[in-house]
Amino acid sequence: MYFKNRLYYALLAAGGLVALAGMYAVHLMEDHGHVITGMNNQIVWGVPHVFAIFMIVAASGVLNVASIGSVFGKALYKARAPLASLLSLAMLAGGLMVLMLDLGRPDRIIVAATNTNLTSVFAWNVVLYSGMFALVVVYLWTMMERRINPMTKPAGFAVFAWRFILTTGTGLIFAFLTARQAYGSALLPPMFIVLSFAWGLAVFHLVQTILYVWNDKALDPAIMQRKRNLLGVFVIGSLYMVAVCHLTNLYFAQQVGFERFILVDGGIYPNLFWWGYVVIGNLVPLTLIYWPGLGKSRCVFAASLMVVLGAFALLYVFIIGGQAYPLNIFPGYEASSSFGDGQIAAYRPSIYEFMLGFGGLAIAFITTTVSVRVLNFMPQDKPYITD
Amino acid sequence: MSDIDLRRRNFFKTSLGAAAVAIAPGILLFDVAHGKPQAVSGKVRWGMLIDTTQCREGCTDCVTACNKENGLSGGTSATDSQWIRKVEIKEISTGRKVSLPMMCQHCEKPPCVDVCPTGASFKRIDGIVLVDRHLCIGCRYCMMACPYKARSFVHEPLHNQNPDVPRGKGTVESCTLCVHRVDNGQQPACAESCPNRAILFGDLNDPESEISRKVRSVASVQLRADLALNTAIRYQGL
Repeated sequence: MYFKNRLYYALLAAGGLVALAGMYAVHLMEDHGHVITGMNNQIVWGVPHVFAIFMIVAASGVLNVASIGSVFGKALYKARAPLASLLSLAMLAGGLMVLMLDLGRPDRIIVAATNTNLTSVFAWNVVLYSGMFALVVVYLWTMMERRINPMTKPAGFAVFAWRFILTTGTGLIFAFLTARQAYGSALLPPMFIVLSFAWGLAVFHLVQTILYVWNDKALDPAIMQRKRNLLGVFVIGSLYMVAVCHLTNLYFAQQVGFERFILVDGGIYPNLFWWGYVVIGNLVPLTLIYWPGLGKSRCVFAASLMVVLGAFALLYVFIIGGQAYPLNIFPGYEASSSFGDGQIAAYRPSIYEFMLGFGGLAIAFITTTVSVRVLNFMPQDKPYITD
Repeated sequence: MSDIDLRRRNFFKTSLGAAAVAIAPGILLFDVAHGKPQAVSGKVRWGMLIDTTQCREGCTDCVTACNKENGLSGGTSATDSQWIRKVEIKEISTGRKVSLPMMCQHCEKPPCVDVCPTGASFKRIDGIVLVDRHLCIGCRYCMMACPYKARSFVHEPLHNQNPDVPRGKGTVESCTLCVHRVDNGQQPACAESCPNRAILFGDLNDPESEISRKVRSVASVQLRADLALNTAIRYQGL
């Protein structure tokens, strides 16, 4: 017990240090400008956006656990809804922090709150993200305060609807980019929704496993079996969406150059796509889940971890690879200029970007660790599974 | 005489003084900023016709003029601002080479304005697309949305700015069509500096303007016309 207590504070201190390092990176970026990052006029969104979008998408997806409980009435998931909501809040806070602090003028955040351009999906997202935060807080409240327990169902419905719109909004950020070959597809919002299911559940699995081990409890194998299968289905679903997205592109002659770049000869990007996303993020986890004899607690933990790593690989390829490929301003022509026209843009992320990204993760980590200690987020299963 | 309320009189005096102090800097700064009392007219649509046959490969006079006029460093590293750039293109099937200047195309339906969360990117009523440096939060979404890669982000602290062209670290910027010159009846710096007069600037809405007559009589194209953004910059000889 004493050792655990010490470990807890050590973990908290470590998280605090990482968050502090993130703040220091922000300070330096504020002082020197974005020139100290690897981002430039060609790769305008970099590693911080990979971290931020992962956290925001996973924050939405992790609520799937809660929705299956509150909306579809499955007791097994209902018991896990508070933990799922907490993780959602934590990741949303971490992701939004990274996104906000990467702005060129984070000090003007009040400008974003008081000046709204209704045609901008970013402006919609300001409403969607803050609304989501508020809704999940209310939802959590209805679950934790016995007197308003009956309100859980409507609150759960609201969260269910809201997070679909929220992840649609995240996908639309890219879907609305008319001129970029990597983006501008109506497939992106649904793709992000399915990806959010897999990533959110993977994060949930990781935290739940650690929580059970920490509390010297064992997860009922029957529950593990069901959640494991659900993760498998979500991973297959997300791989399908990504595959369809690339397949449609491969069919359009004008997109073949871009697809070649991302899938075959783009250096780090095809490597990250095939090895990082397809193999580590999908094939290995699916093997760990479905291979006869595997699929035990440790396998599912490893599979979840790999799904998360695969998510980072995919987002890196999607966000940075998508910008690295040159815009086709002159179809049918080769172009060159002092501003990178017709050339693959170079990007080398700097340490400060990683510090900011991990700082956001640390905020999510601290929020979760403190909350599970001071409040009861441990899933309370009934002695038998009713559904 | 004892009817006079001195407190009331003093209050009026103080109020008058305070109002004068509040308004005076505005009036003075308006003058310093060469502000004009009359509003910009929506009857005008400023545009350019660029004759690529007259644009010489390797000549960067327009770029130099732009940098000087707008106080840009002229650096060409990946983090330097470039409001105008020379692009050399070669037709893949024929090998025909063309050289041309590339800048903000001042679209009628600018994607940068659509995506800007705060409304910092805006289109003036006379068609000039600008960034309000006080509203820009530096999210760079407009840079992602621009089909012409016309925008730059200020990556470093700035020094020795041109007072007519305020810029700011952490905000996005692009060609303003030299709005400060246009408002004073002058041509944009690039158009004026071109030794071959390859850049023709004028009012696309005025049927009698030189640019309108030229656009009617010679074949010219808009870049990425498939996007239907109706750009104000047209290219001849592509």
